[in-house]
Amino acid sequence: MSEANVQDQSVQPASVEPPEPSRLSQGIAEFFKSPAAAIGFIMLVVICCLALFAPWIAPQNPYDLMQLDIMDGRLAPGSESMTGMVYYLGTDSQGRDILSGMLYGLRTSLMVGVLSAFAAAIIGTTAGLFAAYMGRRTETVIMRLVDLQLSFPTILMALMMLAILGKGVINVVIALIIAEWATYARTVRSTALVEREKEYVEAARMLRLPGWRILFKHLLPNCLAPVIVIATMQVARAIGLEATLSFLGLGASVTEPSLGMLISTGYQYLLTGLYWISFFPGIALLVTIVSINLVGDRLRDVLNPRNAS
Amino acid sequence: MVTSIIRRLFQAIFVIVAMTIIVFIGVNVIGNPVDILINPDANQAERARVIAHYGLDQPIWKQYLMFLQGLLHGDFGDSFVYGRPALGLILERLPATLELAITALGIALVVGLPLGLYAGLYPKRLSSKLIMSGSILGFSLPTFWVGLMLIMVFSVELGWLPTNGRGPTMEFLGVQWSFLTGEGLRHLLLPAFNLALFKTSLILRLTRAGVQEVLPQDYIKFARAKGVRESRIIGVHVFKNLMIPVVTIIGLEFGSLIAFSVVTESIFAWPGMGKLIIDSINLLDRPVIVAYLMMMVMLFVALNFIIDICYTILDPRVRLDAKA
Amino acid sequence: MSALLQVSNLVTEFGGGRGRSGLKAVNDVSFSVDRGKVLGLVGESGSGKTVTGFSILRLLERPGRITGGRILFDGTDIANCSEEEMRNLRGKRIAMVFQDPMMTLNPVLTIGTQMVEAVQAHDKVSKDVARQRSRDALGLVGIPSPEERLAAYPHQFSGGMRQRVAIAIALLHQPDLIIADEPTTALDVTIQSQIIYEFQRLAEESNTAVIWITHDLAIVSRLADDIAVMYAGRLVETGPVGEVLTDPRHPYTAGLIASVPSQNRRGEPLHQIRGMTPAINRLPQGCSFRTRCDRATEGCLIMPDLIPEEDRAFRCIHPVMKEVA
Repeated sequence: MSEANVQDQSVQPASVEPPEPSRLSQGIAEFFKSPAAAIGFIMLVVICCLALFAPWIAPQNPYDLMQLDIMDGRLAPGSESMTGMVYYLGTDSQGRDILSGMLYGLRTSLMVGVLSAFAAAIIGTTAGLFAAYMGRRTETVIMRLVDLQLSFPTILMALMMLAILGKGVINVVIALIIAEWATYARTVRSTALVEREKEYVEAARMLRLPGWRILFKHLLPNCLAPVIVIATMQVARAIGLEATLSFLGLGASVTEPSLGMLISTGYQYLLTGLYWISFFPGIALLVTIVSINLVGDRLRDVLNPRNAS
Repeated sequence: MVTSIIRRLFQAIFVIVAMTIIVFIGVNVIGNPVDILINPDANQAERARVIAHYGLDQPIWKQYLMFLQGLLHGDFGDSFVYGRPALGLILERLPATLELAITALGIALVVGLPLGLYAGLYPKRLSSKLIMSGSILGFSLPTFWVGLMLIMVFSVELGWLPTNGRGPTMEFLGVQWSFLTGEGLRHLLLPAFNLALFKTSLILRLTRAGVQEVLPQDYIKFARAKGVRESRIIGVHVFKNLMIPVVTIIGLEFGSLIAFSVVTESIFAWPGMGKLIIDSINLLDRPVIVAYLMMMVMLFVALNFIIDICYTILDPRVRLDAKA
Repeated sequence: MSALLQVSNLVTEFGGGRGRSGLKAVNDVSFSVDRGKVLGLVGESGSGKTVTGFSILRLLERPGRITGGRILFDGTDIANCSEEEMRNLRGKRIAMVFQDPMMTLNPVLTIGTQMVEAVQAHDKVSKDVARQRSRDALGLVGIPSPEERLAAYPHQFSGGMRQRVAIAIALLHQPDLIIADEPTTALDVTIQSQIIYEFQRLAEESNTAVIWITHDLAIVSRLADDIAVMYAGRLVETGPVGEVLTDPRHPYTAGLIASVPSQNRRGEPLHQIRGMTPAINRLPQGCSFRTRCDRATEGCLIMPDLIPEEDRAFRCIHPVMKEVA
């Protein structure tokens, strides 16, 4: 069957190759070979900047009730307010500028997404490493917990946590962390188990290096690639879930809406044809999630050692 | 085979017990039921009466045993809102949710399997690439927002389909179903499609990945070398191998469909369990929440159990390992 | 009498197309096989011998395709066959046994299913008849209690047993030609011998032609009537086994023979061909073997033609000649 392999090789004869660039810059170059990933990355940078600089970009502070004028409520996109300000994307029932609401909502969404994915990554990675390194009882207990957790869908875990903790953005973050840590733990453990059997870990043990050193200096770096990929995807999932939970009225409050909450407030006006309150925040949500997924998809291809040619 | 079933049965019981402890601790220890149960304006005597009534003055392990005892009898207490047994409330709404989830699963399979098969068999075609891009969109689109857009387009703009409730139902096997009446079917269409969207993408991608994994295998080439027709190679050799991951996913995703129906039911005012649980969380209707959570736990454990058994039947390698 | 299979100037390429030429995995290969004869197709991995086998059945996976030459099977040009005509040939008149028996049977289908479908692919017979024929075929290759075995799954068989099943499947329709792609490489030596014996018997008794693809000269010397040696996609030497193996002309063939461990050279260091097989996209100019050959001269910068000599041929301008003692 080895004859079939020739298809991959190009016909170029061996030539003098330039000095090999570092692995990182190689990886970055590989990443941007995909136009979709490049577009996703650029969009993501723009989105992050928009969210970060929202207070300076937004025409209005949508959380400051003093700035809202109920008389400007439910204006169509492009309408002008009494004071001459243009609501490019219209206003909601409170007279809140949708564009400003979206920019501020993005901040909440991104914060919830990054915070929960990051915390879940730390907890899950630690648990996974610990399970792989300790083995025996510790491993059994941790992995049983992981299996238990993973046999229920995230939204159910999140609902359960919110039923216990009550509503609110912070509780949503906690619920997401509890719902997502198990994915990391499982992946890290299986990667670390493979790594643990390799000679260099054995050698480190023979040298009687302390356990934490083997864990963090030897096992951890090898598990980072999958963790980064999962974390990227989790940010997108978490943003979607936060929006969903807020839409259900379990997350952000009405006075400080996130994207999901904005969509939710527009829901009741949808049937009367006031589409913009729900439509535009939804687009923002969609673009954010798609660009993160594009980046994550590509990261998985680039970082997966099995795909390296 | 029998021993492996018994072993799985024990695992299932273990999971249920573990979840009862988690739910119990969550609701009774982390959350304070006294705050939830008692009207803040109530006087001392009233408070004491309620605490005694719910056994909240008992030691925690005793409370847990009481909780378990109630569980075994299907008694989760009365809903604060409706004043009726919580379990009954949920069971009443179960058929609506099941109907929605089954329809959505059907849509996901009917759309996802053939498209995934096609995209896997002809990966280079433009149509396949379009299908795959579409599936990324299906993954990324937030379900609830799609639901709103569906309402906007098909109900508000086009006025084709209703958006609210189940419509008229008809009794079959002692339960009310929407799909048996034309109007009910029209009510079912949008929510089911909405719920199916994400799973369709999932099944599609899984099918395609499976096809691409099986096609280059030697046994496919050998089947061709035997002179077996292409239709049989795809229909039997490829498909049977595909069914193993797909059945696993179907089982798990059916549970997840039921869980995710909370979103769709809220949007389309579908009177199922999902809508009930969201209302209950908002109103802090604790008996209903607990009953719902325990129902879901049981459901998932049962589903996992069934998947395991299906898996054993489908994959001869697993079957024989278990026998050995 | 014309040969059963006549391959002439076969070229199989990977990639390329639209005016660009692809990589020639098989380049200008010609040989023929008669009924009842065994041809040993010898070469290292990557020499193009497996691709040659798949070319005959037209089972190349994209981007591989036949771009030149002719394959005449019993008078029909395989290139002109429709897909359906090809399907009717495959398994019915030309059967193939693959290299790795662990991979050739579908793990989720029973042996019975996989044999019955092979019968029914060509003959409109009932399931019972097809089962009966499968049972007989299993018995023929020495599998005990075939009835039970039909209900079993591949993983319940050892590698040797699976290869026997694959051979039984190949025998179901009493094909005119069997292409055996290193069918014994993955097996134990004792089982190897049994399977070689089965093929020998088959060629003699049922007048079946066999192409035995291998890198193992020892097997070829026991089994084959003729030999064709491939190197980097080309034939370098063909001829009757006895002549080629005792008196090779091409330095590559000579090197291969010298590197086989043997009883009568005990104690002597084993001969090696120096260097590595070149990748198919980095072949040297002229004779592909030039860079590894002790006899290479400037004349070797031009690819030599196959030089005929009685009933054999070789592709070398400095052939090895046995010193007449």
